[in-house]
Amino acid sequence: MLDFTILTENIGMFIEGFKNTLIVSLLALIGSFILGTLIAVFRIAPIKPLNWIGTMYVEFFRNIPLLIILFFIFVGLPVLGVRFSGFQAGTIALTIYTAAFIAEAIRAGVLSVHKGQTEAARSSGLTYVQTMRYIILPQAIKIVIPPLGNQFLNLVKNSSVLTIVAAGELMYQGDLISSRTFVTFDVYIFIALFYLIITLPLSYGVNRLEKSLAKSN
Amino acid sequence: MDFIGAYSPDHIVFLLKGFWITLKVAGISIVLSFFLGAVLGIVRYAKIPVLAQISAFFVEIIRNLPLLLIIFFVYFALPEVGMKLSITWSAILALTIFESAMLAEIIRSGLNSVHKGQMEAGRSSGLSYTQTLWHIILPQGVRSMVPPIVSQFISLLKDTSLAVVIALPEMMHNAQVINAQNINYIIPIFLLVAVIYFIANFALSLVARRLELNI
Repeated sequence: MLDFTILTENIGMFIEGFKNTLIVSLLALIGSFILGTLIAVFRIAPIKPLNWIGTMYVEFFRNIPLLIILFFIFVGLPVLGVRFSGFQAGTIALTIYTAAFIAEAIRAGVLSVHKGQTEAARSSGLTYVQTMRYIILPQAIKIVIPPLGNQFLNLVKNSSVLTIVAAGELMYQGDLISSRTFVTFDVYIFIALFYLIITLPLSYGVNRLEKSLAKSN
Repeated sequence: MDFIGAYSPDHIVFLLKGFWITLKVAGISIVLSFFLGAVLGIVRYAKIPVLAQISAFFVEIIRNLPLLLIIFFVYFALPEVGMKLSITWSAILALTIFESAMLAEIIRSGLNSVHKGQMEAGRSSGLSYTQTLWHIILPQGVRSMVPPIVSQFISLLKDTSLAVVIALPEMMHNAQVINAQNINYIIPIFLLVAVIYFIANFALSLVARRLELNI
């Protein structure tokens, strides 16, 4: 059976880790949403060089492990004299990595809006930017929300990687507790439960959204 | 930064050896998790009582946990209850547990994508449920499963890098061994590792896209 004294005696550290996981995930979500939107605009805008930059960004960062981005920032950049704490490096790495996926989600949403909408808006005298702002984006956002939810889910899970740079999140606190108490099995089960507190409701919500979206179409 | 020193033939061979381990561990894991995922997915598709609920519970829990936690759990916590595996098999087991949950969902939705009428037609022409599933539904479902499975393999290749935490001698681990010799190697080596990953995964994603177009 699980030894609940491990949980009650170290509850402070568990909560600290839980809090840090949430903070890192939220910061990275905001960051990657902004960066991802920018990259998506780059990919969609009718300007060729911007398209290339956007495509390169997405294809490159989607196809390499998060870990290498993290190591590059935390271990590589100090060689050039740029230093970050584990927490900062982790947030930046998560932002850069997730932005590539969010850019794709946003692009797919925008492209799913029927072409006729753009044509109709442009021929009624709106500029390209106005068309995007008033016609396309409001329709696209509905389609983009479920995949964004999924990305946030991945973000929370991926934030566990930050334990490697000692960012103080849930996984890291778990390691600390298990090395202090010499109990690993129970500690990891409790850590898993803390993750599930965040991820299960999220994935349930995303599922519900996807279903109601499928119905409304 | 020392690009010339970092890219010596010895280092490149050492990194590629690591990449070979990455490929091997990912390859074995995807095959194992395909079988496990197929069982989990089919059990849920066929709505077999009790087993379907167990499968749903397993899939939902595992999908919502970080892979790193599963790796740590398999390598550090399982020995506590008397199950000690080598580093390589710990990595393979952890990746298989995680991926089989992902593949179960892919396989289930692939089966669901086959029109219901197919099952009805199969059953009413006298085939048993299992026969219909095996000869009619699966062959049609597999077509729509292949592209997401290839994408999943790309994630798996990336995720294998996490096994660096239990010192599996894959590419990321070998990169760190090289980096420990000289800090001027760090940036060139990380760039090279990123490029190797990129080439492999980008090629795979082109394959996935082509397969999607064919369907």
